[in-house]
Amino acid sequence: MGRKLLMRGNEAIAEAAIRAGCLYYFGYPITPQTEIAHYMARKLPKAGGVFLQAESEVAAINMVYGAGSTGARVMTSSSSPGISLKQEGLSYLAGAQVPAVVVNIMRAGPGLGGIQPSQSDYFQACKGGGHGDYRQIVLAPSSVQELYELTVEAFNLADKYRIVVMILGDGILGQMMEVVEFRDEEPVEHYEKPWAVTGHGNNRKQNIITSIHLDPAVLEKMNRELQKKYELIKQKECRYELYRHEEAELFIVAYGTVARIAKSVIEIARREGIKVGLIRPITLWPFPAEAFDKVMDMAKAFLTVEMSSGQMIEDVLLAVNGRRRVYFHGRMGGMVPVRDDILEIIRRMYDEHVRKG
Amino acid sequence: MAVIFQRPNALKDVSMHYCPGCTHGIAHRLVAEVLDELGIEGKTVGISSVGCSYNSYDYFSCDMIQAPHGRAPAVATGVKRCKPDCVVFTYQGDGDLAAIGTAEIVHAAARGENITVIFINNTIYGMTSGQMAPTTLLNQFTTTTPYGRIAELHGFPINVCEMLATLQGPTYIERASLHDVKHIKKAKEAIKKAFKVQLAKLGFSLVELLSTCPTNWGLSPVESMTRIEKEMIPQYPIGVFKGENLEV
Ligand code: SF4
Repeated sequence: MGRKLLMRGNEAIAEAAIRAGCLYYFGYPITPQTEIAHYMARKLPKAGGVFLQAESEVAAINMVYGAGSTGARVMTSSSSPGISLKQEGLSYLAGAQVPAVVVNIMRAGPGLGGIQPSQSDYFQACKGGGHGDYRQIVLAPSSVQELYELTVEAFNLADKYRIVVMILGDGILGQMMEVVEFRDEEPVEHYEKPWAVTGHGNNRKQNIITSIHLDPAVLEKMNRELQKKYELIKQKECRYELYRHEEAELFIVAYGTVARIAKSVIEIARREGIKVGLIRPITLWPFPAEAFDKVMDMAKAFLTVEMSSGQMIEDVLLAVNGRRRVYFHGRMGGMVPVRDDILEIIRRMYDEHVRKG
Repeated sequence: MAVIFQRPNALKDVSMHYCPGCTHGIAHRLVAEVLDELGIEGKTVGISSVGCSYNSYDYFSCDMIQAPHGRAPAVATGVKRCKPDCVVFTYQGDGDLAAIGTAEIVHAAARGENITVIFINNTIYGMTSGQMAPTTLLNQFTTTTPYGRIAELHGFPINVCEMLATLQGPTYIERASLHDVKHIKKAKEAIKKAFKVQLAKLGFSLVELLSTCPTNWGLSPVESMTRIEKEMIPQYPIGVFKGENLEV
């Protein structure tokens, strides 16, 4: 490993993007992710790239659409209300299969909401906030180190599958400072892009980037192809962390910042003799259902903790599929779940499912 | 025998879907002739938009992107910033450019983005069957102004060239018309100049083309041409609004 630096989460994302070969950034300011734009504005011109502050999030994502269409590695970032505005573009990018990386450092909603951290855009990110049958890969880091590593990964995945990859973080992750250990060389994968529009130079056929197919039979075929790609991603790209799952009887399911809180809950519970483990999805889409199969024999119950009213829990319920009881604890509006509240629920679950069990 | 007239290379050998008497076909041909004459088809990326010309990628033979409604100038910006040596043009109607895409066109122009915009103004939404556009004339009947466009109710027409010419960013802005041969020739000159401005890296260029929509106007092709001359030009005077003395 190479240099270590104390960095803010947002800056780690920006630095990682540049290291991954992203020379183009189009965005619009919104708290709590604006440091990404600041960093790009400083660094990209020096790296021979382009930083452009768009007139709106709508314009920014369409600049991304144009840039991605040329085969360039390109990124935009925003926070919840801004991501809502980008949904139109995300749907088009999906339809036209243009790769791009989009960062959402979530704040609390709905509406203008507040600037405090949240995880309430899970549905929007994972179920498709834009129109049509489409998916995007959603990566959920839980440390600044992981923000850096997964951002590099995001560009590889985007190019590999011609898909949008969203980094879904929360305001705490974006703002927190931690040590990042940089690799000497990034695992940048290079993919041929024969589909890109670059001017055909009169030596190949015309390339067209489009998402419109007025013939329903043609459009259905295109949709089926998309779904096939999504199936492949589901099989190949599920990522998760199992933490203290050895002999665990109860499991917390959490991602991002909440997963870190869950880890400290687990330490205390274990000292009390309560065997708790953690399932931390790293890809939220595709959702790592296989992690649940792995622990199902020992698991007596699950507790999903989110900074939302309960969004990921729907995927947890599908993964558990009625085999065990699933509990939920959530905070909203920028409030963060606290260790003692979660601990209290774990103790009750222990009484119910293990002690009496 | 010398060939004196033929289909431009930059236009594919396919029949177009436009209605009889629609000037989209003429506008396409002019753009394609200019791409041919400047020898730039191979390095051009065109951006089609939403509306009757959404599939102009089926007609132009250069690389093309189909953009969301109104966003073509932003998409073009993304392309141009990554590929400064590509020639990038958008082809947009009035609903696309002057309504839903107002922000995108104003800011691309204000940035002086080095792209060329071909703006088709036929004072109506064609593809969605004849609703009011921002360019619809006062008293004009459309499916959403069945009693005519009334300023108090529907606001006034937007003169795009005049509006954009107030900005510092644009280099060249001209309004031309497609209603007769003389004007079509002038329109081609304007289009050519617009592309030359881009090739010389001088910045944003836009050509507005006064066009017909016989289908939704409920007029014959010939009556439509007359309407441009008699009704549209008084509201939308033809001429250069920016870059008149520009030599390219
Ligand atoms: S509807 Fe109007 S603008 Fe559209 S193709 Fe027909 S005549 Fe042309």
